[in-house]
Amino acid sequence: MRNMLRWVAARRLTITFFLLGLVILLFIFVPLLKMVFSSDPGILWDTLGEGEVRSAIWLTLYAALIATVVGLLLGVPLAYFLARHRFRGKRFVETLIDIPIVVPHSAAGIALLFVFGQNFFVGKAFNSVGIDFVSAVPGIVIAMLFVSVPFLINSAKNGFEKVDVRLEKVARTLGASPWQAFFRVSLPLAWRSIFSGSVMMWARGISEFGAVLILAYHPMVAPVMVYERFEEYGLDYARPVAVILILVCIVLFIALRSLAYRGERA
Amino acid sequence: MIEIKNLTVDLGTFSLQDINLKIEPGEYFIVLGPTGSGKTILLESIAGLYPIKSGEIWLNGTEVTKVEPEKRGIGFVYQDYALFPHLSVKGNILFGLKQMKRPKEELLSTVDWIAGLLGVSHLLERKPETLSGGERQKVALARALSISPQVLLLDEPLSALDPQAREDVQHELRQIHRRLETTIIHVTHDFEEAIALGDRIAVLGEGHILQIGTPEQIFRQPSSEFVARFAMARNIFSGEVRDAEEGDSIFSIGDLELAVVTELRGKLHASLRPEDILISKEAVISSARNSLRGTITRIDNRGSTLYLTVSTPLDFVCLVTRRSFEELGLKAGEEVYITFKASAIHIF
Repeated sequence: MRNMLRWVAARRLTITFFLLGLVILLFIFVPLLKMVFSSDPGILWDTLGEGEVRSAIWLTLYAALIATVVGLLLGVPLAYFLARHRFRGKRFVETLIDIPIVVPHSAAGIALLFVFGQNFFVGKAFNSVGIDFVSAVPGIVIAMLFVSVPFLINSAKNGFEKVDVRLEKVARTLGASPWQAFFRVSLPLAWRSIFSGSVMMWARGISEFGAVLILAYHPMVAPVMVYERFEEYGLDYARPVAVILILVCIVLFIALRSLAYRGERA
Repeated sequence: MIEIKNLTVDLGTFSLQDINLKIEPGEYFIVLGPTGSGKTILLESIAGLYPIKSGEIWLNGTEVTKVEPEKRGIGFVYQDYALFPHLSVKGNILFGLKQMKRPKEELLSTVDWIAGLLGVSHLLERKPETLSGGERQKVALARALSISPQVLLLDEPLSALDPQAREDVQHELRQIHRRLETTIIHVTHDFEEAIALGDRIAVLGEGHILQIGTPEQIFRQPSSEFVARFAMARNIFSGEVRDAEEGDSIFSIGDLELAVVTELRGKLHASLRPEDILISKEAVISSARNSLRGTITRIDNRGSTLYLTVSTPLDFVCLVTRRSFEELGLKAGEEVYITFKASAIHIF
C-alpha cells in the first residue's frame, strides 16, 4: 500500500496528464463510435444501395483527389522555394498560406465565387475555354483546393527543410543539373513529408462543407448531402449517410497513414 | 592544374580577399586555417557552389569562373560525408556515373573498380546509415572519384572521424593520390594532418592567404605569428620509425631515439602534446617511458598553467600546472628530466 502511494506520488504529473488526455480522447472517440454502433446495419446497407449516395461519395473522393493533384503540382514548387530561399516578406507569404485554415469556409467560398464567377475576368477566362465553376465539379475542386492546400505546402516545406542543402551541392558536382538534383535527391528525400501532407490535404478536402456549399450545392458532395437530408428530413434520415462518410474517411485515412508510416521505417 | 586569381568572396560577416593560388597537376595541396576562416566557402567557390564577388578560376588552362558546377568535373567531399541517405552505397557511387551516357556494364565495372580501390566492395548493398564514420568517408571519396574529377576538393575529410578511422582514411587518401595522381585540395584546421599529407600548404587566416610553402617551410619558417601559432601548437618532429627488440618501435630524430607505439615504419613525423610530458628533478625509472635530461630555456606563463621549453638539446614544449611549477621550484636554466609514455607520441 505504502509502496503504491509512493509509486503514485512519484508519477503525479504523468498520471494527471494521462487522465486529462483521456478526457479529450474520449471526446473525439465517443461520438464517432456511438454513431457507428447505434446504426442499423440493414439501413446502412440500404443507404449504400442508393445511387445518389454512392455518386455523392464517389464525387467527394475524386474531387478531393483532383484538388490534391493540383496542390502537388503547384504547392510543392512553392514549398521547395520557401524551404531554400530567404527573402524579405517571407514571413508574410508563410502567413498568407495559413489564412485558408483560419477564415470561415463559407466566407472563403464567397471569396472564390467573386473571382471564379462570371463577373470577374478569371471566371470569364475559364468560361471561354469551357470550364465553369459555379454549380460544377471544378467549383468543388477549387473550394477543396483553397481550404486544404496549406496542409500540403506546410508539410512539404518541412520535408524540404530537412534535406541538407549540401546533398544537392554534392549532386551538382557529380554532374546533376539543378532539375536533376531536385528530382534525384531533394524530392525522394522529402517524399515522405509530401505524401503525408497529401493525405492530410485529401482528407481535409473530403471533409470540406462550407466553401463547397457556396460554390456548388449541386452536383452534391457527401457532406452537403448529410446537411441537406438533416435539414429536410431530420436526424434519422441524415445519420446513415453520415456514418458511411465517416467510415469511408476512417478506413482511407488509416490505410494511407500506415502506408506513410511504412515508408518512414523502410 | 588549377589556378585561382584574385578571388574575393563575401561571407556576410567578413570576406575572403585576393586569394591567389596555383596548384600543380597531381599536387596534394592543403589549405590550413582555423574554424570559421572560410575554408569550406573557398572550396565551394572553386566548385561553383558559392557565388563569388570577383576573381577568376582556371582549370587546366580553361576559365571556369562562370561554368555551372555540374560541368566543371570537380569532385567534392564534405566533412560529414553528405552521402545520399535514400541510396545504397552502390547507388551513391553510381549517382555521378549515371549522368554520363555510357553502357550499363561499363558503369557497373567502374563502380566495382572504384569500390575495390577504396576497400568498400563488401559494403555496396548497404545503406549509408549502417556504416561507420570511416566507411562513410571512403564511400564519399569513391563517389567523388567515380566521375574521374580533374580536381578533388576535400573539406575537413578527417575531422569527424575517431583516431583509428582517421589513420585509416588518411592512409587511403595517400594511396589514392599516389595511384590516381589526382590533384587534391584538402582544407583542414589540423596541422598534423596538413604536414602528413600536403605537398604544399597554404595558411588561411583573417580572410587572406598568409603563407604558402612546403610543410617544412611553414613549420620551420612561419611568416607571421598567426602561422606560428598554428605550427607551434605542439611538439612536432620529423624522423624515422624502425624496429626495436621485442617488437617495439623506435623513432629516431638524429641521435635522439624515442620509444613509440606504432605499426608504421619509415620516414614519418611524431607529435607529442605538451600536457603529456612530465617534468621532474630526478630521473624517473620506468621501462615503458621515455626519459630525457634537458635544460629549461623558456618559460611562458599562462596563469594557472605554464609552458616550459626544455632543450635536450631538441626542444620540447611541456605544460605544467602552476602548483607543480611552484612545488618543484623550477626556473629558467635549470636542469630537469622530462618523461613521457611511448604511447603518448603520435606518429603520422
